[in-house]
Amino acid sequence: MGMIEAILLTVITAATPLVLASIGELVTERTGVLNLGVEGMMVMGAAIAFAATQVSGSPYIGILAGIAGGALFSLLFGFLTLTLVANQVATGLALTILGLGVSGQIGEPYVGMSGAKLQPIEIPVLADIPFLGPLLFRQDIIFYLSIALVFGVNWFLFRSRAGLKIRAIGDNHASAHALGIHVIRTRYLAVMFGGACAGLAGAQLSLVYTPQWVENMSAGRGWIALALVVFASWRPWRVLLGGYLFGAVSISQLHAQAFGIGIPSQFLSALPYAATIVVLILISHNRRMTLINTPASLGKPFVPDR
Amino acid sequence: MGSPLLAVRSLTKLFGTFAACNGIDLDIQPGEIHALLGENGAGKSTLVKMLFGVLAPTSGEILWKGSSVRIPSPGAARRLGIGMVFQHFSLFEALTVAENIALSLSPGISLSKVAEEASRLSHLYGLPLDPKAHVADLSVGERQRIEIVRALLQNPELIILDEPTSVLTPQEADRLFETLAKLKAEGRSVLYISHRLEEVQRICDRATVLRHGKVTGACDPRRETPASLARMMVGSDVASVSAAGTGARGEVLLEARHLSVSARTPFAVALRNVCLKVRGGEVLAIAGVAGNGQGELFDALSGEYPVADASAVFIRDKAAGNLGITARRLMGAGFVPEERHGHAAVPGLPLSDNLVLARNQSDRRTFLSGGVLGIIRQAVVRIASRRISETMDVRKSGEDPAAGSLSGGNLQKYIVGRELDRQPAVLIVNQPTWGVDAGAASRIRQALVDLAKSGSAVLVISQDLDEIFEVATEIAVISEGRLSDAYPARELTREKIGLLMGGMYGKTEGEEAAHAY
Amino acid sequence: MRIELEKRANPSRLFSILSPFLALGLTVVAGGIMFALLGKSPGAALHGFFIEPLLDVWSLHEIAIKAAPLILIGVGLSVCYRSNNWNIGAEGQFIAGAIAGSIVPVVLHDWHSPLVLPLMLISGMIGGALYAAVPAFLKAHMNTNEILTSLMLVYIAQLFLDWLVRGPWRSPDAYNFPVTRDFAPEAILPELVSSGRANLGFAFAIIAAVGLWFMMRYTLKGFEITVLGQSERAGRFAGFSSRRMIWFSMLLSGALAGLAGVSEVSGTIGKLQPIISPGYGFTAIIVAFLGRLNPLGIIAAGLFLALTYVGGEAVQLTLGVSDKVTRVFQGLLLFFVLSCDTLIQYRVRLAFSRLGRGNEGGAH
Repeated sequence: MGMIEAILLTVITAATPLVLASIGELVTERTGVLNLGVEGMMVMGAAIAFAATQVSGSPYIGILAGIAGGALFSLLFGFLTLTLVANQVATGLALTILGLGVSGQIGEPYVGMSGAKLQPIEIPVLADIPFLGPLLFRQDIIFYLSIALVFGVNWFLFRSRAGLKIRAIGDNHASAHALGIHVIRTRYLAVMFGGACAGLAGAQLSLVYTPQWVENMSAGRGWIALALVVFASWRPWRVLLGGYLFGAVSISQLHAQAFGIGIPSQFLSALPYAATIVVLILISHNRRMTLINTPASLGKPFVPDR
Repeated sequence: MGSPLLAVRSLTKLFGTFAACNGIDLDIQPGEIHALLGENGAGKSTLVKMLFGVLAPTSGEILWKGSSVRIPSPGAARRLGIGMVFQHFSLFEALTVAENIALSLSPGISLSKVAEEASRLSHLYGLPLDPKAHVADLSVGERQRIEIVRALLQNPELIILDEPTSVLTPQEADRLFETLAKLKAEGRSVLYISHRLEEVQRICDRATVLRHGKVTGACDPRRETPASLARMMVGSDVASVSAAGTGARGEVLLEARHLSVSARTPFAVALRNVCLKVRGGEVLAIAGVAGNGQGELFDALSGEYPVADASAVFIRDKAAGNLGITARRLMGAGFVPEERHGHAAVPGLPLSDNLVLARNQSDRRTFLSGGVLGIIRQAVVRIASRRISETMDVRKSGEDPAAGSLSGGNLQKYIVGRELDRQPAVLIVNQPTWGVDAGAASRIRQALVDLAKSGSAVLVISQDLDEIFEVATEIAVISEGRLSDAYPARELTREKIGLLMGGMYGKTEGEEAAHAY
Repeated sequence: MRIELEKRANPSRLFSILSPFLALGLTVVAGGIMFALLGKSPGAALHGFFIEPLLDVWSLHEIAIKAAPLILIGVGLSVCYRSNNWNIGAEGQFIAGAIAGSIVPVVLHDWHSPLVLPLMLISGMIGGALYAAVPAFLKAHMNTNEILTSLMLVYIAQLFLDWLVRGPWRSPDAYNFPVTRDFAPEAILPELVSSGRANLGFAFAIIAAVGLWFMMRYTLKGFEITVLGQSERAGRFAGFSSRRMIWFSMLLSGALAGLAGVSEVSGTIGKLQPIISPGYGFTAIIVAFLGRLNPLGIIAAGLFLALTYVGGEAVQLTLGVSDKVTRVFQGLLLFFVLSCDTLIQYRVRLAFSRLGRGNEGGAH
């Protein structure tokens, strides 16, 4: 395997959790709900997936547990913001704080254990294509899922009737309600989809990327995923693009450290966070574009009159 | 009379202990245009929301073609054959016309089919539409067409229209009436909700009148006089406003000179070369259909969004175009914006705080103490607030309730009174009686006229032609961000205003006529 | 069964007082269940967590030490949140304040003067304010979301501190430990009373809280904060500038977080090290909400959350449960606070099957 291939492989591994968490949050935000708890759901997914893998011995059960854990945990956010109309920003923060605490509890017995790494699945024929084969077709299932999800969400949002309803709710929840669209129910489902995707992203961290359990191992990726949704202006394809750009940035700092160039490692580690800020500045500078693309009901509470 | 298409028997809707609808009875015959008349807050909207399955009735019965039905959702209403055109359109700005229409159809139909069928119907009923256009780019009239086509696609036997003409020019309204006549000729029924007596008398076969959630009359509107209908709606005679215009004209107190503002957001209207003058003693009314730059004009005149050019706005002979709202208040101007909740007032704060909101600098000496600390003298503010409530007859629960707990009319009286209390030399009001009951509306209009009579300059921006003819001494029309010349109110007719609304500017802007139909 | 909300015309006075206590009660109940699940006796654990620390002087001092930064940061954040500016990077501003405040005792360690401490405190406040100025500038002038930028800056501040104490500021005589030299005695924040370790930081916290309470309650500035937070458009109508408010609230909360940071390193730790905060900047968010964004309420809330830190440490020793329990407690508390706040604005009804249901059912 060549040098470039090796680097690209690590980029893919670093980008996958970002793509997964962002695509889930994108669907949530398209219904007008801003869930800032991605970091918490992600780290919960990581802890649950790792624990389930250790207990069952199968990383696939771990993945399923991570997805289910993220989705169930997001229900807490849904209940507060959708049923009790609590402030979405504050509740999202609460979800993150709680997620970091609970995941620490769940993961505590497993600190320092080495995990069962998820094995790649070779796709026959395609895996033998030079260069691209090992990169794209000898990957683990979570990578395939992440790409399928981007395709799927793009088709779902812009080609299906249910996706049309989601866009309608995000644009104007009062009108959607008046037309008989189930606003709250749809939002619950979208929040849970976001939670499931974040849980899967967490599972990738503890089963593929690291693979072990480390406290707070999401290390801000949930927040970066939130920024990516803005960067992508709520379009699935751009999530893929943004995810890989950020994956490349966070990997480049590791490689730079390995090469031992004269920059302190802390500065290189700060690179993804600084890059997030820079990207946010670049996007928000175009106020007109942000205004047009942002789902109009994003973050606004909805209480149906009955 | 045959058996009714839709009958309602003692239908009641309670919100907590408040009865929005209280034992309503109503019959709609096949092939009739039936008016539902009533003031704001009479329960019209609640009633039709129950008929369309948006709200669940507390008790009572709905009969469709003689058999009792339950309508749990708008989908169920549509399946029965009921279509609805909302007053506040339930449209999605970010979506296309076809997508908007598809949302109310059964999921089996493909988008391209929807587009085809929509353009067929829109031509049949004279409602031209482009299925691929984004709603955000359409005029209010075009948006209403989407709503109507959307309702027609269901092939309904009953179409409910909620205040459909409130957003249309007189000419657009005429076209709507033609469409309604076609529907009636096909044997469909129309439930037509309005508070405009003139058009009800013109097009409706029968009328049911609501007041305070109860039916107060059922009649043939053509056999009634506007006064008798109004009595049924309001319950008593409404004091008519004694017009201004007799007082002496003073100096020019408010002036805009070639005021141009580019659109601040993608959904805003740009103001183009607006010129106006208001003298002391005058009420200049600016007519126009919603969304033609009224809000933007208010923002520029109030100084909430100042312009770069100081000489674009003059207040009492001083250039003020680049000054903020506080500076303009200190020059003697007062402002009443259109939106009560979250613009003119903070609904969650008590009335006294909402007094400080508008007058924290103009009455700094009275309301604040402690120098730079700026301590609010809450006792003094409360006394002033009570004075305003008494002068304007504001009905409220408790001494100093949250602004949001007042009815629209009472809050608006307070907001207008808050400005009148300091006797402004210039008052600029946007939609002074929008969504306000008739009693409060007449009180507010009289207050505006009285202020002008006392020598102040009053600028009223309004979509309500009745209101404009009641209060104005001069009238100008705003259309697509341009303002027409001002004409003395006595010289203008509704038809002339309608032409100006459509963008016909006469001598200077003849080419714009191509836009109008 | 489902839950229906009905908006109250006026916010409920009863529940605005009751709701934090309701939330506390629910947290204690949930905590008891959690301990039971962990196989510990809930009674003993809760007693150890919430009662025992109140019984001896040493832990009362510990509570004051931990409450000081929580209150200082919390009252600053309350101004931000009331004005609808979502500064969640107080942890970073805390670190920035600690670093800026340490310039004098670390870099100028040969300078001995009574001016050292005041200079440290001032530079700590400036450091925190400058660090908060970054998201403030980006929000006010570039329209960039302050939630994400302020949070990203936390990670950057942590890494920068890590670099400082391992690199240029590492003490020459610390045997390669990543710490700065110990602060000289005149750079140490004096103790409050002779009975224990609690220092002047607690006094700063109380003064800041009372001052901001006065501002919020009586002055036009406080009114401006409230109005702009509830409706930016109404604020503009009143002649207030939301842009200036972004600057005001962010700089104020940044300065207070910076003061908390410098007080912590000067009063409690006595030097800089890689980790100087057990997440005070985030816990202060909970403090701000538990105190209902009211500075006086935040004093009480800060003391209570300090108790969860001290109680958590105690239970860790006596019952052998993990220190993560504290964070779970804190997270649960914020959830319950937010849930109970619904009662202030809405009447909540449990609706059983009735006419017209099946349309908008939530999942519950």
